[in-house]
Amino acid sequence: MPDGALPVLDVQNLKTVFQTRSGEVHAVNDVSFSLRPGELLGVVGESGSGKSVTMMSLLGLLPTPPADVRGGTVMFDDKDLLNVNAKTLRDVRGGKIGFVFQDPMTSLNPVYNVGMQIMEPLRKHMGMNKKQAAARAQELLELVGIPDAKRRLADYPHQFSGGMRQRVMIAIALACDPQVLIADEPTTALDVTIQAQILELMKDLRAKLGMAVIWITHDLGVIAGIADRVMVMYGGQVVEHAPVDVLFSDPQHPYTRALLKTIPTITGERAARLTVIEGQPPIMKDAPASCAFRDRCDVAFNRCAVENPPRYDLGAGHDAACFYDARTGEPRDA
Amino acid sequence: MLIYTIRRLLISIPTLLFIAFVIFMLLELAPGDPMAQMPLTIPPEVKEKMRLALGLGEPWYVRFPLWLKQFFIVEPQYWIDGTFGTNFADGAQRIISFQSRSPVFETIAQRMPQTLWVVGMSYVVGVLIALPIGIISAYRQYSVFDQAGTFVSMIGFSVPPFFSGVLLIVIFSVQLKWLPSIYDTTHVVGDWDSFLFQLRQMIMPVMVLALQTTAQVSRYMRASMLDNLGQDYVRTARAKGMSESTVVLKHVLRNSMIPVVTVIALGIPSIFGGAIITEQIFKVNGLGQLLIIALQGSDIPMVMTITFLLAVLIVMMNLIADVLYGILDPRIRYD
Repeated sequence: MPDGALPVLDVQNLKTVFQTRSGEVHAVNDVSFSLRPGELLGVVGESGSGKSVTMMSLLGLLPTPPADVRGGTVMFDDKDLLNVNAKTLRDVRGGKIGFVFQDPMTSLNPVYNVGMQIMEPLRKHMGMNKKQAAARAQELLELVGIPDAKRRLADYPHQFSGGMRQRVMIAIALACDPQVLIADEPTTALDVTIQAQILELMKDLRAKLGMAVIWITHDLGVIAGIADRVMVMYGGQVVEHAPVDVLFSDPQHPYTRALLKTIPTITGERAARLTVIEGQPPIMKDAPASCAFRDRCDVAFNRCAVENPPRYDLGAGHDAACFYDARTGEPRDA
Repeated sequence: MLIYTIRRLLISIPTLLFIAFVIFMLLELAPGDPMAQMPLTIPPEVKEKMRLALGLGEPWYVRFPLWLKQFFIVEPQYWIDGTFGTNFADGAQRIISFQSRSPVFETIAQRMPQTLWVVGMSYVVGVLIALPIGIISAYRQYSVFDQAGTFVSMIGFSVPPFFSGVLLIVIFSVQLKWLPSIYDTTHVVGDWDSFLFQLRQMIMPVMVLALQTTAQVSRYMRASMLDNLGQDYVRTARAKGMSESTVVLKHVLRNSMIPVVTVIALGIPSIFGGAIITEQIFKVNGLGQLLIIALQGSDIPMVMTITFLLAVLIVMMNLIADVLYGILDPRIRYD
């Protein structure tokens, strides 16, 4: 980290493997990143790149088996979350780190009213009694912009629309004033106008509450408008990491450049077809011994097939995992 | 919910009338003669007179409404008279058994407690065993416990009570001589020792019936739990920092109970059917045994009444299942 601020969350060399019938799948390979207080870190990558699995590994939210967090450290609050007892981990979950999931239609329990679902973490982590928790729950619903909050507390999830449910999810995640909010594609399942509303709400809340946010998405447009720093993931690895303006103006990894090319523009000549990155992301049967993007890369050369590129520091908080130096157009030195 | 319940109760009246008619016509069309077990020395013309005296000379459209009147009007009157000392019935003709010539409802009232004790107890025991087995089996899927549960369920499903019952008798009564093989209906529970005896004589029939219930309900419970354990809201509950017991017993269990409640409610009538055989084996003279004897003697009023009572039970349990469904699942609102 170039800045002096102490990270609130520091992840080093995280490895997660899934045991499947046809062998192991290496979903997260040696992922390291850190999150400073109050910043918004965007995590991008296509489906299956390991974004969600990385974040769920942090808090032990993956079902084990099949998932197995093999190694690494997750430092939060001077504790390694991968090596604490179940109770400490539960206190962090929902208490100090809030989680918002992708699909608000299924993420709420259908048989309990939303008031109860918001009050649950309040009563557990903050030790509130029923009355205090109810008052705070109403406050939270007002905070996330649900009108008539008091009455709505008694309503069940099916009585809310998708966007409203995501607001409820955000209220639950924010209930105990977390230091970190992890939002796992919170707008993906919503239609575009609702997406915009939720984005605005999140920007607002962050300004108001000042927590650090990890925002997982595959929508680069969303990232451009909201993030401070961006981490691009591919094949369970971080392939590029930069401040948001640098990433968009000076992308170094071929995958990032390809991703940026896929954004359709409304200016200029109308393209005949939308740009796509040919091929499929790999399913990692072994820990990577070569570059995972090699098969889809237009600048790959023989070194990419025999060695997995490390993350080269490019200065100013920018790094990229590629043997090819896009600035000089030459392979990097070994 | 109340309006819904009342509406359902009203709808069940024509349903029950139709069921009564079908049962009546089936018995009417079935071969069998109430006089068949009379001594052969009774001349045919006397037998014919006896038949007429039982009302069998009348056509079905006279006898069926008469039965309806007796069932829905006369018998409740007698019941009210017996309870409050009034005199509504005024000596009206009750439903009389062909075999015993005593009122059908009196016999049923005598037999009911035995059946309720054995069948009711076995169902309660079965469900109470089945629910934890289902929950643990699902939570620890493919564990040794789950495999054992699956094995026991398979046995419960595939071994009929007339086999498991006899097997238990051979082992525990004949070989080990621990438990009595015959259920003593006249036994009165007065003190601790007689209570223990009552327990001992109930163990085997209750276990035989409970095995079936456990097998069925635990499988449904397991499947339903598994369905719900993988849901997104479970992950949400964990992400909120809820303890595993809260996640499983509060969030998952209530969702999982919704289909299982239906199975439990609808299983109550069917266990009475299963009890017919079990009661025969253990010589419990309850309703099941009464029905068998009535069938063998072509005791039409008795068969008709018991069968119809079972139909009422089924319709009621359906209604109860639906109401419970609405209570457990807020997405279902009936009014």
